[in-house]
Amino acid sequence: MDKMNDAKRQTLALLVDNEAGVLSQIARLFSRKGYNIEAFSAGPTENPGRTRITIDVYADEPHTELLCNQLRKLYPVHSVKRLNTENSIYRELTLIKVKAEGSEKRNDVMQIANIFRAQIIDVSLETLTLVVTGDSEKLKAIENILSEFEILEIARTGVVAIERGKATINDESKERGEFNYGKNVL
Amino acid sequence: MRLTGAEILMECLLEQEVDTIFGYPGGTILYVYDALVKYKGRIHHYLTAHEQGASHAADGYARSTGKVGVAFSTSGPGATNLTTGVATAYMDSSPVVFISCNVAESLIGKDSFQEVDSTGVMLPITKCTFQISDVNKLADTVRRAFAIARSGRPGPVFIDILKNVTAETAEYEFVPKSEHKKSGMLDALYNRNMADLHKPSVDEEDIDKLIEMIGESEKPMLICGGGVVRGRAHKEYNEFLNLMDAPSAITVMGGGGMNGRNPLATGMIGMHGSQASNIAVNECDLLIAVGCRFSDRVALDPESFASQAKIVHIDIDRSEINKNIATDHHIVGDAKEVLRMLNSRLSQQDHTEWKKFVFSYPTETIYDEGGDTLNPKQVCDTIARMVPDDTIVATDVGQHQMWAIQHFHFDYPGQLLTSGGFGTMGFGLGAAIGAKAGNPDKAVIHIAGDGSFRMNCNELATVQHYGLPIITFVFDNQTLGMVRQWQNLIYKKNFSETNMDRGPDFVKLADAYGLRGRRVTNQKELAEAIEEAMSCGEGYVIDCMIDIDEMVRPMVGGGSHITDFMKL
Repeated sequence: MDKMNDAKRQTLALLVDNEAGVLSQIARLFSRKGYNIEAFSAGPTENPGRTRITIDVYADEPHTELLCNQLRKLYPVHSVKRLNTENSIYRELTLIKVKAEGSEKRNDVMQIANIFRAQIIDVSLETLTLVVTGDSEKLKAIENILSEFEILEIARTGVVAIERGKATINDESKERGEFNYGKNVL
Repeated sequence: MRLTGAEILMECLLEQEVDTIFGYPGGTILYVYDALVKYKGRIHHYLTAHEQGASHAADGYARSTGKVGVAFSTSGPGATNLTTGVATAYMDSSPVVFISCNVAESLIGKDSFQEVDSTGVMLPITKCTFQISDVNKLADTVRRAFAIARSGRPGPVFIDILKNVTAETAEYEFVPKSEHKKSGMLDALYNRNMADLHKPSVDEEDIDKLIEMIGESEKPMLICGGGVVRGRAHKEYNEFLNLMDAPSAITVMGGGGMNGRNPLATGMIGMHGSQASNIAVNECDLLIAVGCRFSDRVALDPESFASQAKIVHIDIDRSEINKNIATDHHIVGDAKEVLRMLNSRLSQQDHTEWKKFVFSYPTETIYDEGGDTLNPKQVCDTIARMVPDDTIVATDVGQHQMWAIQHFHFDYPGQLLTSGGFGTMGFGLGAAIGAKAGNPDKAVIHIAGDGSFRMNCNELATVQHYGLPIITFVFDNQTLGMVRQWQNLIYKKNFSETNMDRGPDFVKLADAYGLRGRRVTNQKELAEAIEEAMSCGEGYVIDCMIDIDEMVRPMVGGGSHITDFMKL
């Protein structure tokens, strides 16, 4: 089975133990199975013992399912949930340092920032630094426009995503029935 | 009760009813070996010649007894010497707990003497690794490690204990294994979602659907995989097989999962599978694979494998489903439980015509009579005739391994010990030591090639010291036979670096280790040697001379259609 058949960007949310070595264990699984991680973000959760990881990976449908099952076999992994644009909200944060000398250029950049609801968080005589949040497309758009001025540096966080409505990553109980206890879902 | 970490470790092993350990001491694990003396009589330690030997012995012990094996090593090179054995156990889903000590906390991360990031090294080849830096967490971590090793799809777990932890003291109370779950000690474990910890409850609808598919099938075929062996489901499988009245092949790991003498047995399947097995799988209309993962040595070409059949996959590990082969139906569950449910609902089938077709093809290869050497089938047949039927067979990896699986018949799980997934040359002697330690009442033989035997023959010292009556049969063709076979068939007879036309003389080697040995070139000498070996009551090496160009037949090339037998 070719991994690249109908491959598209998939988002996986993981709840894992907040312990040393866990990140490398998860990253290693991806490389061991031959996948490249496109985006990766990790941070603490409401439970101090748990870290939430969001991973973007290019894979087709069946391989994503296999990958999830492999992740579920890892001891430090508590839950794995596949997220998609229909059921979830995606956000990413970017810091962009742009060259803007003179008041005219500064005004131009500030106008663009306004349109994208970006904030100016630092200013010098030659540069402006913006912070902007949104989904990947929006960030790409502002990046494209600002490249007209000279972008000196970009720092992006990688995507974080959360489901709409009542559903959370903690209620895997329903999915557990489907995934781990023998019921056919494939 | 206040005990040191080393004593707590010993007590935890007793909780798990461990009475046999294989290992090798060193600087960081000295407190543990110090405590070991106090437990003499209750915990028996086998000192091997090398950590790799200990790792294979613990693995062989686990495979042959069904219990969890245990191996000890020191830090650094001790731990890295274990790795080949750990990976072997991982690929073949063998439950072993490997315990190594690391340098003291104050020295960690300073590139201290014999320091290595052992949990990092073990991470990709274990179900789980633990590093213990707090003596108060020692007991529960060990309890957890054993639970993980044996639960779900079994596998190795690695524990790294810092040296200072083995010397520090903590409160400890003995809790028998059966109480662990009840007392809530393993709550932290069972409340997690880790798929492998939970025994999947079999879905009734899935069972019914398979029964329906069986009813519609006219040409069903079964594959018995390693899952039947690990799940100790041979009785259930034999019953299922007889109800199905269908031919059944074994994978390398499935040897012993079914009665090898059953007239429905077609022998091995795959690269060196019998004609009957490979043709049956190609012609069948329903393929039921129990506990096998369709490795590239079985499903050589995944696209054309069993292309006329509906493929049904029964496995305990749901991540195996649709991994290598796209299936039409699957049941996730323990082989024993699934087969029991199937047997209770399945009526007696009759496939006389189909069986007639399949068994018109040979299930075993016939070899030419050897001139001044033995042929592989002669060796296997002579051995099989002379040793008890329930003899445990440990093999190394290569031609002799395939010959052994082709020509011996295995009847119960743990009778065949072989490195199927990882293909570890040098596995056999260690595994045989472990098997003998765990099954003192059974005969144990070790089938080796001259290449494999050379790798870990140092364990003859262990065989001799502990008086283990293990007979080693070296299929000696003066070459790395399997590699030579590939060079012969695929690499235009360019025999690069496969000649083994050099020492040692295995008979003299046995003598050097204080054991007896004999070189044999015909069946009469072989029979005499076996007679002598069985009566001497100690280790014995029989060097069986085989022709250098003898091949494992039949053979299908990697990635080829399963009935594309090479012309040999």
